[in-house]
Amino acid sequence: MPYVPNTPDDRQAMLDAIGVASLDELFEMVPPELRLGRDLNLPAALGELPLSTHMAELAARNTPAGQGVCFLGGGSYDHFIPAVVDFVAGRSEFYTSYTPYQAEASQGNLQALFEYQTLITQLTGMDVSNSSLYDGGSAATEAVMMAMHATRRSGRVVVAESVHPEYREVLATYLANLDTELITVGTPEGTVSPDQVEAAATNQTACVLVQHPNFFGCLEDVESLAEIAHRSGALLVATVDPISLGLLKRPGDYGADIVVAEGQSLGNPMSFGGPYLGIMACREEFVRRMPGRLVGQTTDRRGKRCWVLTLQTREQHIRREKATSNICTNQGLLALRATVYLALMGPTGMRQVGELCLRKARYAAERLCSPAVLSPAFDRPTFKEFAVRAEGRNVEQLLQVAEKAGIFAGVPLGRWYPQLADCLLIAVTEKRTKAEIDRLAELWKTG
Amino acid sequence: MRNTRATQLLFEMSKPSCRAVQLPDCDVPMQPVEELLPREAMAPQPPPLPELAEPDIVRHFVNLSTLNMSVDTHFYPLGSCTMKYNPKRNERLASLPGMIDLHPYQPVSQLQGLLELLYRLQQMLVEIAGLPAVSLQPAAGAHGEMTALLVAAAFFRDLGRKRSVVLIPDGAHGTNPASATVAGFRALAVKSTGSGFVDLEDLAAKLDEQTAVLMITNPNTLGIFERHIGQITQMVHDAGGLVYLDGANMNAILGITRPGDFGADLMHYNPHKTFSGPHGGGGPGAGPIAVAEKLAPYLPGPIVVKDAGGYRLDQNGPKSIGRVRSFFGNTGVLIRTYCYLMTHGPDGLRRVAENAVLNANYLLARVKHIVPVPQGDRCMHEFVASGAKLKADRGIAAADVAKRLLDYGFHAPTVYFPLIVREAMMIEPTETESKATLDAFAETLFRITEEDAELLHDAPHTTSISRPDEVQAARNPILCWAAEAKTAP
Repeated sequence: MPYVPNTPDDRQAMLDAIGVASLDELFEMVPPELRLGRDLNLPAALGELPLSTHMAELAARNTPAGQGVCFLGGGSYDHFIPAVVDFVAGRSEFYTSYTPYQAEASQGNLQALFEYQTLITQLTGMDVSNSSLYDGGSAATEAVMMAMHATRRSGRVVVAESVHPEYREVLATYLANLDTELITVGTPEGTVSPDQVEAAATNQTACVLVQHPNFFGCLEDVESLAEIAHRSGALLVATVDPISLGLLKRPGDYGADIVVAEGQSLGNPMSFGGPYLGIMACREEFVRRMPGRLVGQTTDRRGKRCWVLTLQTREQHIRREKATSNICTNQGLLALRATVYLALMGPTGMRQVGELCLRKARYAAERLCSPAVLSPAFDRPTFKEFAVRAEGRNVEQLLQVAEKAGIFAGVPLGRWYPQLADCLLIAVTEKRTKAEIDRLAELWKTG
Repeated sequence: MRNTRATQLLFEMSKPSCRAVQLPDCDVPMQPVEELLPREAMAPQPPPLPELAEPDIVRHFVNLSTLNMSVDTHFYPLGSCTMKYNPKRNERLASLPGMIDLHPYQPVSQLQGLLELLYRLQQMLVEIAGLPAVSLQPAAGAHGEMTALLVAAAFFRDLGRKRSVVLIPDGAHGTNPASATVAGFRALAVKSTGSGFVDLEDLAAKLDEQTAVLMITNPNTLGIFERHIGQITQMVHDAGGLVYLDGANMNAILGITRPGDFGADLMHYNPHKTFSGPHGGGGPGAGPIAVAEKLAPYLPGPIVVKDAGGYRLDQNGPKSIGRVRSFFGNTGVLIRTYCYLMTHGPDGLRRVAENAVLNANYLLARVKHIVPVPQGDRCMHEFVASGAKLKADRGIAAADVAKRLLDYGFHAPTVYFPLIVREAMMIEPTETESKATLDAFAETLFRITEEDAELLHDAPHTTSISRPDEVQAARNPILCWAAEAKTAP
C-alpha cells in the first residue's frame, strides 16, 4: 500500500469515530453472495525498484523508431520536441489538476486553454477553436456529426478515399447505428477528383470530408472542393496536418467550414498512437454545435479579466441526452503541450519547419526514386510525405534491409489499399538529415 | 508575492522578430519553395502566431501553473473524479524511450515488450471486471460508454432484434444519456427512491422488448452500493436486455466484488480515476471496456493476442463494430495503469478500496452534523451532503461553501450533482489522503458554516480572481484573443 498515508492506529481511530468494529462492517451494503471472497488473480505487488527493472526489461524488447532514423508517418510523426514543452507539462500544478469546474482554482489551466484556442484559430484561419478532442480520427467524426446537426441533413456524407483510412473506419463505426449513407469517392490518381465529388454531393449531403495534405501526402484541390460542397449546401470538413500550416494556405482562407487535425505533431511524442490531440476549429456560426469544452473570457466581481468554461449548455453534464456530443474529458495536457510548442515556434519557426519538411521530403523523393529503384506512386505535389511504388521488388524486403541499418523506412500501404500493395508511404520531418536520406537511397539501390 | 504580469496573454507579450526555437539550417538543396508548391496552395505569409523568447515563455507558464489547485498541492475532494495521488514512478516509467518513442505503425516484431505489457493489462482488467474480454481502445470514459453501446447495438442487430431504448437512472452522469444518443438510442430515465436506490417498480414498468441496455453506476453517484443489484440485473436480463456498468466508481469495489459477478454484461474503466493516471487538467484519460463472452466478437480492435510467434495485434474481425479512434488507444495512459496495478497486486488493490471507503465514511461521520447527508450514515467511496438547510436557514448556497473552501486551501467538492439532491456537495476523499487532512477539512467546513453569509457570497477572497461573470461569458462569447477584443454576435 505505497500510497496510503494512514497508519493502523489512524485506521482504528477512524473506525471508532465511525462507530464500526471493522473494515468489513463498512462493506455490509455489498450483498455477501456478490462478494468475490478470494484474492483477485493478479501478479504479486512489485516495489518501485523491481517494477523499474521489469519495465526496463519490457522497454528493452521494443525497438523505438523515435530513437533511430524514422521515416514513418501516416498520422504520427517524429518531429522535434523542445525541452521547454516537457518542462512545462511536467509541472504537477498542470498535470495533477482536473477540468476547471472551479474557475478561481483553475485560472492557470483556463488561461492556457484560451491561449490554445487562440493559437489554433491563428494557425487555421478559423473563427473559433474548442479546447481539444481525443485524437484526429475521432475529431473528424465529431466534425461530421456536427455538420449533420448544423445543416440538418443526415442523409449522406461524402468522404475522399485519400482521407486517413483509420479516420474513415472510425466514421463508419459511429454511423453504423444511424441512417446515414457514407459515400467514399475513390482516389486512384492520389487525390480526389472535384467532378466525382460534385456527382456524389446531393442536396441531402451534410458534408464533404477531405484531408489536405492527404494520407498519401498529396495536396488536394481544396478550393474547388469547398466551392462544390457549398454549391450543394453541404459543409467542407478538412482534416489537416498542423505542421503544414506554416507554409500552406490556411483552411479558413480556402473555405473550410470545420477544420480538424491530429495535433500530435505539435510537441507530443509518438507514444504508439496515443494519447494524442484532437484539434477542432470552425466558423463562428457553428460554435453552438461544437462538441467539447470551450473556454471564454469574462470579468470577475472586481472587474478583473479572467477565464471560465462557457457555452456549457451544449454539453452532456447540462443537456444530457440533448447534448451536442458525449465528450467529457478532453486532452488538456496535450493541448497545453501544443500551446507551449506553438509559442516556442512562432510564425518564423512554423514557416521554417514547414520549409525543412518540404525540401527534405522532395530531396528524399528524388533520391529514392532515381535511378528507377522506386517510382513515385502518384504524380501530384506533396508536402512532407509521399508514396512510392517498388516495381518488381518486395516491399517487406526493402523494409528489412533498412531496419538492419537502424532505419525505419516507411509504412506499407497494402494493408488499407490492396491496389497499392507494392507501395510505401515515406515521411520526412525536419529531424531527418541529408546523410540519413542518402544512406537509405544507397541501401535500396544495392539491396 | 504573486507575479501580476502572469495573466498577460502570450499575444500581448509578443514582440516582432523575437525567437525561441532555432532549427538547423537546411542541408539539402535550397530549391525555392515556389518551385516546389503550386502558388495557390501556399499561404501568402506565415500564420500570425505570437513572437516570444524562451525565458519569457517559461516564466509565463510557470506562473500560470501557480494559479491552479492540483492534487500535488491541495486536497481535491472533487466527487466522482477520484482525485487520488498520481505516482511519480509511473510518470518516469511511462516515459522510458523504449515506450514513448514507438511509432504506431512499427511492425509487431519491434514491439514485443509493449505488446506483452498491453496483453497482461488486458488480462488484469478481465480479472478485475469478472468479464472475459477487453478492448483497450476507447480514449475516455464517455468514449468507452459509447463504444460499449455500439457493441450492444451490433449484438442486437445480429440477433435480428431492433431494440431502441437505453434506460438510465436519474442520478447518472450526464455522459450516459449523451452517449446513448450518440450511439443512436433513445435515453429513458428511471427514477430513484428517496434513499437513492433504483426504483424497482419504475424499472419494471419501463422494461420491455424495446429495452436494449440498462446503464447503471454502482456504487451509484451518491456513493451507495445498489443493494438490489442482483435483482436489477436479473430483471433486465429477463426482459432480454443487457446491463452496462459505468465504472467511474470502481475505486470502491476493487477486489471486493466484480461487475461480471453482479450481472453486468459490459462496462468501462476510468484509468485516470481508479488507476491514478493523472487527470492532466482535463485529460488525457482512457476508457477500456470489458464485456461478456457473447459480446466479445463485436469489440473494436486492435486487440493484443498471444500465439506461438509471440504477441501480435488482432485487427477487427467480421463482427467487430470497427475502430472508434485512430491507432491503438491512449497507450501512455495504459502504461501508467499497468504500473499502478503491478505496484499494488491483489492485496494492495483491495486495500485501496478499503481505505477509500474508510476515508469516505470517516469524513461522512465528521461532517454529517455540519451539513446533512440525506443518504444516511454509510457510504462507499464518496457521499453527497446537502446544503439545503444551510440555504434555507442562512441563505448560504452550496456554491458559497465551495468557493470559501478555496480560501482555506481546499479544492471544492463537486457541487449541484447529482441533480437528485438539493444543494448537493459530492465529496470523495480517496484513499491517498491522511486522517489529519480529513480532520482539517471537516473543521474548516464547520468554521465556514459559522461564518457571515455576506463573506461567503463574495468568496473566494484570496484567489487571483473571484466569482467570474459566467452569464456575460455565455451571452457574449469571447473565445479567442484579438488585438481589438472581438465579440461574437
